[in-house]
Amino acid sequence: MVINKVRKVNEKEEISVKNEAASDRMIGKWVKCESCGEILYKEEVHQNLSVCPSCGKHFRLSSRRRIEQIADRNTFKEIASDILTKDPLNFAGYLNKVKALKEKTNLQEAVTCGICKIDGEQCVLAVMDGNFLMGSMGSAVGERITIAVETAIENKLPLIIFCVSGGARMQEGMVSLMQMAKTASAIKKLQDEGILYISVLTDPTTGGVTASFASLGDIILAEPDALIGFAGPRVIEQTIKQELPPEFQKSEFLLEHGFIDKIVERKEMKHTIGKLLKYHKPVKGSECK
Amino acid sequence: MKSAWERVEIARQADRPKTLDYIEKVFDDFIELHGDRSYGDDKAIIGGIAVLEGIPITVIGEQKGKNAKENIERNFGMPEPEGYRKALRLMKQAEKFNRPIITFIDTPGAYPGMGAEERGQGEAIARNIMEMSGLKVPIICVVIGEGSSGGALAIGVGDRIVMLENSIYSILSPEGFASILYKDSSKAKEAAENMKITAKDLQKLGIVDHIIKEQNNENQIDFEKVIVTLKSYIRKTIKELQKLDKDDLLKARYEKYRKIY
Repeated sequence: MVINKVRKVNEKEEISVKNEAASDRMIGKWVKCESCGEILYKEEVHQNLSVCPSCGKHFRLSSRRRIEQIADRNTFKEIASDILTKDPLNFAGYLNKVKALKEKTNLQEAVTCGICKIDGEQCVLAVMDGNFLMGSMGSAVGERITIAVETAIENKLPLIIFCVSGGARMQEGMVSLMQMAKTASAIKKLQDEGILYISVLTDPTTGGVTASFASLGDIILAEPDALIGFAGPRVIEQTIKQELPPEFQKSEFLLEHGFIDKIVERKEMKHTIGKLLKYHKPVKGSECK
Repeated sequence: MKSAWERVEIARQADRPKTLDYIEKVFDDFIELHGDRSYGDDKAIIGGIAVLEGIPITVIGEQKGKNAKENIERNFGMPEPEGYRKALRLMKQAEKFNRPIITFIDTPGAYPGMGAEERGQGEAIARNIMEMSGLKVPIICVVIGEGSSGGALAIGVGDRIVMLENSIYSILSPEGFASILYKDSSKAKEAAENMKITAKDLQKLGIVDHIIKEQNNENQIDFEKVIVTLKSYIRKTIKELQKLDKDDLLKARYEKYRKIY
């Protein structure tokens, strides 16, 4: 019984991935807002940080656009770009699928990491991308995130991770599950070093990513109306045999239940992070002896 | 050689020994401790202090039932956040009093309910995984039946990961895997063979350190023999780990997961 529902969830995710890819590829000049139904001029949507000018709906963002929005111009230097997908299960068709996705999305994997400046403050920035296998975490994503964390530790730089993920990547089996332990262990080291980690949850952040580094920020921010949870809504509906209220597992719901620090609109995101980075700079003479 | 699917079926047998059976047979004088000090006491996770040849040990495990009544009481071994938080509280207590930690893993997964989400199932699992990586006492995790998903990993980060010969450890159930990747849940058997979820496969992948033989040709576990082997393995390994200084223990634990790529 659970299984049928899992399949439905998957179908729905696939459809949303297609929508997302379509909206990001900008076929035609017009797009319909999935939230308010308004017909929008695409260029205007992009100018507006991919937020609906009519209702404020935050559309899903590619990692490329996210980095453009968050990092100071021309400061982003990618790291760990040589870390590529592995196939520990020798899973039929997996590497071919990845190859096709690479060509289609122009991405190498579901996360891009680098060192950059935000409002003039140097930091390590990791940005996940939902267009690449739903931002799922396999060995390459886990390794890239871990390298980002270790780079932050080595250079004593704050770390910011923008999360978007369907969870651990099924095609790599237990190796994917172990990336949760690997990334969370690295975050533990970062914490012990007293380095700031800001986690930003965007639509959707679920499964093994929620249950590892995404939930471990010193400060956890979220975009409005993002789906954030461990179990997927359909699996829960099947388990409890009733429909979930529309606000369930949304950013606002998590804020109310005490699991995130602040909901930040996209137009305020860079400034908010910049401010937090400044608040965490060491102040000379302000420490106890 | 048993197929992976045969092992799935064995791992899920209702009358297969559960966490409480192991606690009773491997250790002496178990005192169960309850509650997460925040919300409640989750009966899907058992924790407390027991003695192994004179040494106090913190013991934690996911508890499935052997019949319908027990399963309802234990929520089929599917913990809620307060179960994981109770486990973390007891593990921190173990660290404070320098007790080694043994965990027993046997769960179809963390409970996917409304309350569990409201109370931060993802956060609870994430925190356990992170904190376990830094606990300054030896941790041995033993998969005794079904280890599934983050719900298993939440008490599964340690210095040694041990699996019983016919236990399984997977990213999600073969049924779930088949329905997502093959779009057909009836292909669970095929999925099980491809997912690398057996003790042997996971040892080859460097995820599992040691396999405990179940000492039989039938599909029934020889529990008495398993207890003898497991007990001697735990005793020997704790001694081995206690020889390390705390920094080296944590460095080795970090490296153990760091190299999985």
